[in-house]
Amino acid sequence: MKDIRDAQRVGRTSDGRLVERPLSGHLSVYINFDMVMSVGHRVTGCAMAVGTIVLVWWLVAASMGAGAYDTMSWWLRTWIGYLALFGWTCAMWYHYCVGIRHLVWDTGRMYDLPRVNQSRLWILAGTGLLVILTWLVALV
Amino acid sequence: MVHSKPFFAALPKGSKPGKGKTYQAAPGAKNTRAFQIYRWDPDQGGNPRLDTFEVDMDHCGPMVLDALIKIKNEVDPSLTFRRSCREGICGSCAMNIDGKNALACLKPIKDVKGTIKIHPLPHMPVVKDLVPDLSLAYAQLRSIEPWLKTETPPPPDGERLQSREERAKLDGLWECILCFCCSTSCPSYWWNGDRYLGPAVLLAAYRWISDSRDEAKGERLDALKDPFKLFRCHTIFNCTDACPKGLNPAKAIGELKLEILEREG
Repeated sequence: MKDIRDAQRVGRTSDGRLVERPLSGHLSVYINFDMVMSVGHRVTGCAMAVGTIVLVWWLVAASMGAGAYDTMSWWLRTWIGYLALFGWTCAMWYHYCVGIRHLVWDTGRMYDLPRVNQSRLWILAGTGLLVILTWLVALV
Repeated sequence: MVHSKPFFAALPKGSKPGKGKTYQAAPGAKNTRAFQIYRWDPDQGGNPRLDTFEVDMDHCGPMVLDALIKIKNEVDPSLTFRRSCREGICGSCAMNIDGKNALACLKPIKDVKGTIKIHPLPHMPVVKDLVPDLSLAYAQLRSIEPWLKTETPPPPDGERLQSREERAKLDGLWECILCFCCSTSCPSYWWNGDRYLGPAVLLAAYRWISDSRDEAKGERLDALKDPFKLFRCHTIFNCTDACPKGLNPAKAIGELKLEILEREG
C-alpha cells in the first residue's frame, strides 16, 4: 500500500475476508474540453521549456560566428525545424492566452460558467490569430 | 494485495469493467430504454462488469432513480445504490450518469440519448455496485471543522445576531448537500485526493469563513494555506458544471485564494 487511497481500497466480504475494492472509472467516464484545455496549459508550459533550448542554441550559435550560425539556420529551415518552431509558437501563444485567463481569475473575476465557456472560444481564437500574426511577421 | 498504479491516469489492475449480462424487458414492452450499469460485488470479487437492463418506459417513472428502483424491485434485487429523499436534498443518489456526475433523482431519463450509462462517482473505491466509499471525503470535511467557532461569550439575552446583508453572504454556500458530485468530477481531486481537499469541502470551508458570527477566520485560513489542500485547484470548472444544486464551488475556491492573498497584503 502506498498511501491512504490504497488503504481505502481494502474492503471486506460478507463473511469478513479482506478483498481489494476496484477504483471507479474516471477519464473513461468523464472527459470534457475544459479538462483538455487545463492539461494543455501544463503540456504547453513544458513544451516551451524544451523550446527554450533552441533559443539557447540560437544565442550560442550567434556568439560563435557565421559558421555555427549557418549550421543552426540550415537545421531550422528543414521541415523538422519549421515544425518545431511552429509547435513552439502554438504552445507559447496558447500558454500566454490561458495564462491571461488565470490572471483574471486571480483577481476574483470571471467565476461563472457562461463567461468561462465564452473565454474558451476567445483563447482558441486568440491563439490562432497570434500564431498566424507571428508567422506573417517572420516569413513576410 | 494492493497493486501500485503503473501510470497516474490508469485504472489499477482489477478495476477495469468487463462485459456483463443483459436483461431483456418483459415480452410485449413497446417503449424500452437500455440502462448500462456498473456492477461489483465484494462477495464475488474479480473485475467490475457492466450489466445492461432493458426497462419498459411505459411502466417507469421519469427519473433515472425511478428506473434504478424499478430494476431493483423487478429484475435484480442485488443491485445496490444509495437513495433516500428522491427530491435532491439528501445527496445520497449521486452517481455518474451519461458521463457526468448528477443526482439520479433529479436526472430525467429523457435528457439522455441512447443507452443510459450509470457508473459510481469517479475515481473512488467501490463498496458495491454504485456505492462509493466516501469516508476520506467525510474525514476531509471534519478536518475543516464545519461548525461555528467563537472566542467571545454569546450575548446573555439571546442568540448571536446577523444583519440581512451578513446573512446574504452565505447564500450559495449553505445549500450544499454534500453529495460530492463536484469533488469526484475534479481531475485535481482524482490525482491528489489524499492531500487536496476538493471543491465540496472547500465550499464548506468558505461557508464558515464567510459567516459574520464565526471568530476563527484567521485560524481557518492558516489551515488552508497549503500547496495541496487549497492550491491544487487549477480552475477546471468541472465542479461548478457538475453541481446538481447550481452552486459555484470554483468561485468559493477563488474567493478563498483571494482571502489568503489579501491577508498577506
